Amino acid sequence: MKSILSVTVNGRRREDLVPDNMLLIDYLREVVGLTGTKQGCDGGECGACTVLVDDEQRLACSTLALQVRDRRVETIEGQAKDGELSPLQRAFHEKLGTQCGFCTPGMILSAEALLRRNPRPDREEIKVAISGNLCRCTGYVKIIEAIESAAQAMQAAAEAKQAAETMEAAR
Amino acid sequence: MNILPDFRLHRPATLDEAVRLKTQFGNPACVAGGTDLLVNLRRGLAEPRDLIDLSGLRDLNEIQRQGDELWIGALVTLARLTRDPEITSAYPVIAEAAASVAGPTHRAAATLGGNLCQDTRCVYFNQSEWWRTGNGFCLKHDGDKCHVVAKSDRCYATYHGDLAPVLIALGASAIVVREGGIRRLPVEDLFKEDGAHYLTLAPDEILAAIALPPLGAQRAAYVKARVRDAIDFPLTGIAVALTRENDVIAALRVAITGMNSAPLLVDVSKLIGKPWGDETATLLSNALRSRATALATTLAGPKYRRRAMQGLARRLMDQAWAQESTNESANE
Repeated sequence: MKSILSVTVNGRRREDLVPDNMLLIDYLREVVGLTGTKQGCDGGECGACTVLVDDEQRLACSTLALQVRDRRVETIEGQAKDGELSPLQRAFHEKLGTQCGFCTPGMILSAEALLRRNPRPDREEIKVAISGNLCRCTGYVKIIEAIESAAQAMQAAAEAKQAAETMEAAR
Repeated sequence: MNILPDFRLHRPATLDEAVRLKTQFGNPACVAGGTDLLVNLRRGLAEPRDLIDLSGLRDLNEIQRQGDELWIGALVTLARLTRDPEITSAYPVIAEAAASVAGPTHRAAATLGGNLCQDTRCVYFNQSEWWRTGNGFCLKHDGDKCHVVAKSDRCYATYHGDLAPVLIALGASAIVVREGGIRRLPVEDLFKEDGAHYLTLAPDEILAAIALPPLGAQRAAYVKARVRDAIDFPLTGIAVALTRENDVIAALRVAITGMNSAPLLVDVSKLIGKPWGDETATLLSNALRSRATALATTLAGPKYRRRAMQGLARRLMDQAWAQESTNESANE
């Protein structure tokens, strides 16, 4: 059996005819062609396949493609905007939060989900947020530093924007 | 590439439609968060021809007051249980137990109903197809012998849910719906001690909600042991709901998970009316020992799980007892 799946992937609406038994990860990697989402353990234990569905982190290996009908899916490919890395991508690059890179897409999206609901997480909250993402290079310290740094950068950018708007309004 | 068995996916929009599908297809599998079932399907642990996706049923996604009870819909996610103000203020033990389940990504998808109805687990069952082929499969699926208890006529796979023991200790009820009917039963009666057939739900029934009685003066707590605190299933888990009156145990309910094929209520009637101390701790220890049957179903050995259960139960009761007295002195 196949059914029509209409879904927004990285801001673009699309429709595909997908089999009932297709997993979200296979849809993203093989139908849409977005191979940035990694397939690790296949059992929900490693978090490498983490994507965002309506701003919440979700395991693409344990979700059916048809379960995201009419929802917003975001993958690592959708994080950079207009050729600019997202604050988290930039921070992972600058703080050396990436080693072999296999866990990185999942790590960044788990962190992105955290920062959207809690822009000022403490270290403990960051650790909990990525506790379902395994890094077998074991570079957790750098990953946590990268997320802290991204949160600060986003906070600073938001404050600068607000200051600019206040100045503009005062003029 | 499709690794899952070839099934038809049904997506009902209402509970009525869902129970009709359940009757029509003769006990099809149900999926919501997918963190238990889909993982098992891709390992070839079941081959349903029809699958009902319950995640579109909005009426099962609510938390609401019904008289003095709080009803939690079966589709409420564990993530929501950890932060819903009604739960965190009135039943903090449920928020804590939900927060201790798996990792944050699982909790964002996993539902209360799915957590309760999750499949039993065993080192000989939760393996890839080629692994199980090498062992000649097992009684729970595809095979005819149990590798845990040789010559057994039933499966000894273990129930590892975290919320069931808490709900059982709190005396919660399950609301079960079938076509043209609804019934209510104590949460402990949802389960039976058979690893292959661990639920008492009829093929045409759906678990719709959990009804929680008021906590009152009870001090409730849950604790578990596991390999990696960030993600693993409990090797053993204990929930208690204690009512302390002055220096005696006025009421006590204790439930365990991770030991048997079902979450179980432990008979602690011998402790009632006595103070908590070494004597009652021994009584509790004996009650737990006679109820729990840890077998070689997990990577950690049964001896460790039995000892961890005893140690954790003592610590949990010590804390609940002390906490109760703090509450009372605060009220004076």
